[in-house]
Amino acid sequence: MSARRMTLLDDPNTVLDRHRDLFNDSPLRRASALAAPLGIAGVAIFAMWWLAIPFDQIGPGLASLAKFIALMFPPSAGGHLHLLLKAMGETLAIAFLGTLIATVFAFPISFLAAKNTSPHPLVRFAIRRGLDTIRGVDALIWALVFVGVVGLGPFAGVLAIAVSDTGALGKLFSEAIESTEERARESILASGGTGLLAVRFGLLPQVLPIIAGQILYYFESNVRSATIIGIVGAGGIGLQLSEQIRTYDFDQVAFAVIMILITVAIIDWISSKLRFAIIGRRAVV
Amino acid sequence: MTSSILSVPQARLEVLLADYQREVGRRRRQSLLVLAILAILIAIAGRFGEVDVNYLFQHISNFTSYFGRILPKLGVAHFDADVADWYWNFTGWLKLLLDTVLIAYLGTLIGASGAFTIAFFAAANLAPSNVLRWSIKRIFEFCRTVPDLVFALMFVSAFGLGPLAGILAIAIHTFGTLGKLFTEAIENIDMKPVEGVRSTGSRFIEMVRFGALPQVVSSFASYTLLRFEINVRSGSVVGMVGAGGIGQDLFVAIRKFYYTDVSAILLMIIVSVAVIDLVTERIRHRLSGQDTGR
Repeated sequence: MSARRMTLLDDPNTVLDRHRDLFNDSPLRRASALAAPLGIAGVAIFAMWWLAIPFDQIGPGLASLAKFIALMFPPSAGGHLHLLLKAMGETLAIAFLGTLIATVFAFPISFLAAKNTSPHPLVRFAIRRGLDTIRGVDALIWALVFVGVVGLGPFAGVLAIAVSDTGALGKLFSEAIESTEERARESILASGGTGLLAVRFGLLPQVLPIIAGQILYYFESNVRSATIIGIVGAGGIGLQLSEQIRTYDFDQVAFAVIMILITVAIIDWISSKLRFAIIGRRAVV
Repeated sequence: MTSSILSVPQARLEVLLADYQREVGRRRRQSLLVLAILAILIAIAGRFGEVDVNYLFQHISNFTSYFGRILPKLGVAHFDADVADWYWNFTGWLKLLLDTVLIAYLGTLIGASGAFTIAFFAAANLAPSNVLRWSIKRIFEFCRTVPDLVFALMFVSAFGLGPLAGILAIAIHTFGTLGKLFTEAIENIDMKPVEGVRSTGSRFIEMVRFGALPQVVSSFASYTLLRFEINVRSGSVVGMVGAGGIGQDLFVAIRKFYYTDVSAILLMIIVSVAVIDLVTERIRHRLSGQDTGR
């Protein structure tokens, strides 16, 4: 032991010799390590050329951006505090109801989409692709569609979030169901329980904490997306925000943004507390 | 043998049973309480959200008929002519779609590079200073909480209409989200290699390069790819406020009721998102495969 240590200290070259292959990569491997960064840079250059990015606009743009930011101080409600508070309440209501409705729809659907509980692979395939399609359309586009159906107002926003999240939650729930331990279910079937009982007592206790965590997480993210849904007239603070930006009332923009930041921080705090209470400290799903 | 299993003394059994009943009762009360709170919240939110279920049911036919209207009329007799009619502006939309993908690409690249540089100063286990760490975390939070559309609207005012505003808006939002994820990934690394490098008297940058980076680089890449996919989707939305890409055309088509155009553009977006999804998923799996092999 000590003899070996001595040789190491005496002669660093022996160490180097033993790990020679780590230091002498073949030129080909070195070149291939460069390939990824070069490829990324190449696509970036092509993108800039294709999009014809006006680099000369960046200077004046930054200047006017600085002007906007200067106009933001001091933030003021511009006498519309009541209106803004109501809009914020609307935003929260949209996020809450949207998430809730999405959960109610996504939960049963996810059982059909999960490998271990789906009645037939074809059903699973069809539902998965359906969920993918719903997910592929952004909530804002759904909002545009629903404004056409139920008219302007927060209800359209609720429906938009509900639909787009049904796609996302359905996928996440079904993945949670697929990753459960089969043994609990099998033991209930073995003791004579029906399939429904097996799901209730063998599967549900395993997925419920995960699902609850995901719902809370989506609620948080929906509060964020509900702030913009108003831009297309689907209720919430986004309407005020986009109007203020278009009319260059940047002190009010700053005020609204600060309101959003504070609200989101509070919601995040509450929901992370709830999440930890439900699933313990172990993971943020 | 069986009798010995069953023979719990009656007195003991009653105690156990009472315990069980109490426990079940407690949990039932708890769930009832949660349900009651939920019901109250629903009522409040329903008032704020101006939910009108009757109205929805009266007008739900609008919703279903909307899908009827946006679907193209494809006949078997002259199928190719119908498809050509449906996709009358195919090359134009394809170009705009490429615009959107490239906007998302540049936005992701810029945001990810920024987050990559900064995240090491925000991770609790590596950060050289607590004040710096705290302020970087707040900046990340700001960038990801302010919706990208708000940034896009402001940048359109500042930089003019076009892809530049979209790229910057997506970059800032990506910077915020990836910054958080990267920081968390760094906070979860094994500190032993870092300590090993530090013990040789290296500087911060070497510590990061040889101690921390090899552990996180694959998860960084996988987060970035995931974000790219999300950004392609939101890239189609920032176009709505004039920040370049296919969003503008989609917005016009929905607003002006060019029904079949809506389905044509949506289908193109969905297909391209699905393709990107598949490709990035494959790459991500390969990256995480390397992870376990290491």
